[in-house]
Amino acid sequence: MRFNQKKPLMALVMLIAALALAVGISACGGGSSSSSSEATEAESTAPAETEETTEEGEEGGGGEAIVSNPDNAKVSLTIGSKNFPEQEILGEIYTQALAAAGYKAKSDLSLGSETVALKTLKSGQISGYPEYASTALTSFFGLEPEEVPSDPTEAWEKANAEFEKEGLVAFEPTPFASANAVGLLKSTAEKYDLKTISDLDGISEKLVLSGSPECRQRIDCLAGLEKLYGLKFKEFKSVDISLRYTVLEKGQADISILFTTDPQLAAEKDKFVLLEDDKHVFPAGNILFVTKKKVAEEAGPDYEKTILNVQKGLTLPVMQELDARVELEKQTPKEAATAYLEAAGYVE
Amino acid sequence: MSVALLPHPLFAGFAGAFEFIFSKQESSVTGGKKVGGFDQVLELAWTQIEVSLLALAVALLIAIPLGLYFGHKGTGELLAVGLGNAGRAIPELALIAFVAAIIGVGIVPLTGALAVLGIPPILTNTFVGIRQVDRATVDAARGVGMSEFEIMRKVELPIAVPSIMTGIRGASVNIVATATIAPLVGVVTLGDFILGENVYGVDGVVAGAICTAILALLFEFALAGLQRRLTSKGLRLQEAQ
Amino acid sequence: MNSPLLAMPLAAVGQVEEGFFHERTGETLPCQAHPSHLFCWDWAAENINRYGTPTLQQFELVIISVVIGFIVAFAFALLAHRYHLLEWPLLAGTGVIFAVPSLAFFLLLLPITGRGRETAIIALSAYTLQIIFRNIMSGLANVPESTKDAARGMGLSDRQILWKVELPLAVPEIVGGLRIATVSTVAIATLAVFAHAGGLGTQIYGQGNLTFPTSIIIAGTIAILMALTFDAVLLTVQRLITPWRRAASQAAA
Repeated sequence: MRFNQKKPLMALVMLIAALALAVGISACGGGSSSSSSEATEAESTAPAETEETTEEGEEGGGGEAIVSNPDNAKVSLTIGSKNFPEQEILGEIYTQALAAAGYKAKSDLSLGSETVALKTLKSGQISGYPEYASTALTSFFGLEPEEVPSDPTEAWEKANAEFEKEGLVAFEPTPFASANAVGLLKSTAEKYDLKTISDLDGISEKLVLSGSPECRQRIDCLAGLEKLYGLKFKEFKSVDISLRYTVLEKGQADISILFTTDPQLAAEKDKFVLLEDDKHVFPAGNILFVTKKKVAEEAGPDYEKTILNVQKGLTLPVMQELDARVELEKQTPKEAATAYLEAAGYVE
Repeated sequence: MSVALLPHPLFAGFAGAFEFIFSKQESSVTGGKKVGGFDQVLELAWTQIEVSLLALAVALLIAIPLGLYFGHKGTGELLAVGLGNAGRAIPELALIAFVAAIIGVGIVPLTGALAVLGIPPILTNTFVGIRQVDRATVDAARGVGMSEFEIMRKVELPIAVPSIMTGIRGASVNIVATATIAPLVGVVTLGDFILGENVYGVDGVVAGAICTAILALLFEFALAGLQRRLTSKGLRLQEAQ
Repeated sequence: MNSPLLAMPLAAVGQVEEGFFHERTGETLPCQAHPSHLFCWDWAAENINRYGTPTLQQFELVIISVVIGFIVAFAFALLAHRYHLLEWPLLAGTGVIFAVPSLAFFLLLLPITGRGRETAIIALSAYTLQIIFRNIMSGLANVPESTKDAARGMGLSDRQILWKVELPLAVPEIVGGLRIATVSTVAIATLAVFAHAGGLGTQIYGQGNLTFPTSIIIAGTIAILMALTFDAVLLTVQRLITPWRRAASQAAA
């Protein structure tokens, strides 16, 4: 069987070309070869002692530049996150901030959904991760969606009380909150005259709903829509979270489960709309950084201080901007986090 | 639970999975609705079987005629064999993701993508199988007065069956394996258990892995049996020597 | 070094200035924001760096797995060559492993080895076993009896015949098996992302890349090129170490 008579020369040419490409790529990749943040030297500038009490929630501010404390260098921290862009950005922000404060901080992002993340936290594989108060209350602690307090401080206290029973602690909340939302193309909403989720009653049987694979069984997703709104859909398509807008654009789903902080909503205001959650099945949650009590004690006061400090700038517009950079402009969460920390004055 | 009685932590991991397969389990995120259990396993398995068979059928319809044609004529070797090589190199995840992003999610695009994965091994093996038929035999058949088509059907094809079936088995392994990640693009197969740790728990993940493995093996055994039946007795005796 | 006097922040810390927010409307969105755009050259040129680490990870996974797989398969082959009864069980056993979908295999190992590179390597090595083992056995079986007889006639022991006659003659088929195994492993290794082992799969599945054809294309192309490169390298190696063979026999799986 003489199949490969011409192979040697062709093979050699291909080999050289491909090896050149490979070398080129690894040479370029040398710069980004570490996926963990090394301790950055943060020079301390004159600390901005602005105690702005008004409008802190909406405009940020009230933080201070991060100062590197040499005492922290003996503490190693691993910051985790769940598996979608907003979470990855937060994870990177915390990691880089802690590194700037002098800790040996590295990130271990995209662990999975919340039960996986919690398990990883409890097993000690990560030191902490950002969780939504609403998710914690409904998913971990079994609250019904209507029982989730809408006041962020109340929600935090409630969640913290439960976390403490397991040796965990949740730091105070971020300014911004995010929630699941039922969204669709504006044209569809106008066609059926839909403004709230309850408006779907009677119409949902004609519509295809799309959500993440686990959405089907979640009470803060399809299961909740069925149980608490009494809606039945023609079909449920399960797709990865990243495809939540693609299915709408390609007409493969009429309704999709989105997030209120999604950048696509702001960027294409005339294309997508959200339906109002009049029965409060989709509670909004601020981010709480969850960690083990023991880890927090061993890490010293700078741990909580840095986290709370760096959160102060995370208002809704800022979070949406960061989300946009990663989801729309395809920056890495690391780049977006660095840009935030620098722009907000936390690091140089 | 019974898990505590098991001597080795290794088995403890699998015991939970087996429970998941056979009886419905509680899940923290569902607000009371149970997950797992044999019904769901069968439902997801059936979807996987359906889409795999469909893709395999499409791949066969395209690859075998092409392979027969080129093999009989003796041309297109670079295409048939090169495609086999290149096809083996296609990363399944990239293909599925690409098709989903460009064409869309759902059974039709997925079947297309899976068929694309299945065509190269079948094409190559059909081609090689036909080529391996002794030229003297083919000439003899021509001498006896058989038409080209008859030669293909009665002489070349039967001899090439083992090779073709091997290609089909290779294609099916690839297709069934890739169908496992179909939940990412809208077709809910057994991979849903593996990818949905949040809902199904670690037990569900391992259960999904076990079920997927069993399904793949069933396909493999079925095709191996089919191969044995389709291979003419003479060839079978020859192989056994 | 910054003097504290000069480095007075313009805004309060924690507040970003207006310029931080980019105005984004449907028309001003860059190429990469649209899932329907097949390939965004500008973005690709700027961001090619991010494929460096995943490529290296994939490369490592493949090399380590194929080497381990080869060693184990070779050991199996030596065993089966000696004790013929073992051949069928080994073939069937490795075949069973090969039929199991990689994702399932990664996660079946979960209770034992957890998530991470080790799991991926074990699974990937296991996949190479059947094809390498089968090709070694086939290569050995194809050595003509007459050659072995001649060697025996020359006074070589069975062991010497194996290492000096049979194996060298079987090299083309062995390398053929290695080539197939390596190419397959590169493709399967993209799924290592599900085992938390890194690799090019992270640029296909992670970070919302599922809606980003550009990244999928780049990662997929790198994987295919890597596979074809390995293939070409192995073929060249085979040519070099078997100068007596003009044409290589293509062992189609």
